[in-house]
Amino acid sequence: MITINQLMCKGCGYCIKFCPRHILEMGKERSQKGFFYPVNIDADKCTSCAICALMCPEGAIEVTSQAK
Amino acid sequence: MPDYKRPKSLMPMATSYCPGCMHALATRLVADVIGELDQVNNAINVVSVGCSALNLYTWAGDVIGSAHGRAPAVATGLKRCLPDRLVFTYQGDGDLAAIGLAEIMSAANRGENFTVIFANNQTYGMTGGQMAPTTLIGQKTTTTIYGRDPETTGYPLQMCELISVLKAPVFVARYALNSPKGVADAKKGIRKAFELQMAGKGFTFIELLTNCPTNWGMTPLQTLEYMNTNTIPYFKPGIYKDKEGEA
Repeated sequence: MITINQLMCKGCGYCIKFCPRHILEMGKERSQKGFFYPVNIDADKCTSCAICALMCPEGAIEVTSQAK
Repeated sequence: MPDYKRPKSLMPMATSYCPGCMHALATRLVADVIGELDQVNNAINVVSVGCSALNLYTWAGDVIGSAHGRAPAVATGLKRCLPDRLVFTYQGDGDLAAIGLAEIMSAANRGENFTVIFANNQTYGMTGGQMAPTTLIGQKTTTTIYGRDPETTGYPLQMCELISVLKAPVFVARYALNSPKGVADAKKGIRKAFELQMAGKGFTFIELLTNCPTNWGMTPLQTLEYMNTNTIPYFKPGIYKDKEGEA
């Protein structure tokens, strides 16, 4: 499961491009700082691979694995 | 399953970099490795001038600022005085390959025991996108508006190749940060460089190919493709020197 910190995200879109399961999408709302930020459209498909967090320049994404 | 937490070496705030800037990514990678090696309170980040120096605002550990291009000279003094600390310089290409060329070559030639993290984005980012020594042939910048012409401005400077021919450096490598594989490899490379430094082996040099969406005039996603088609064929990623591996 991923958590995106809206106050740090600058909307570059690297996490959306590199998500192997394509479960991230750019949101329609702006953050407090005026950037569009990604939203997790299908959280159940997330495998916690952490590639989004690896590519995030700002370190805005935190990943916690879920015990299934 | 891997977990990922924001590294402790970074303050809980957004960086000063533009959206999509890989300086932020490079800084975060270094912070990740320092956290993994449990050196958060032991590491000293030496910055000089340029966009590279903006990471001092988010760096939670020790930082020392130095004159333009002189970070290797300051790091030399620091490491000789404080041999137990993990000392690294974080420099851009305008800083390291232009004004600081003498310092970096001398420090590398002496085999000083610190690590250089070199972020190469082929432009002067902070001052408005002028041509740097590493700017690619044909690349448009604010001072080469028709593209860099080798007849008047020479060829892009390949720092890894230059430093790897010296006798003293122990680990010289270049990584591109435009793909998850490149980033994962870069993290391993930085880790290896820091471990070699902590073992007292000598000079280690990591070049990270980065982007500059603002001054290249592209979106962050377009820069990834530009790096694949233009930057990586000229600045080839790989390990250029590994004395430990040879021994």
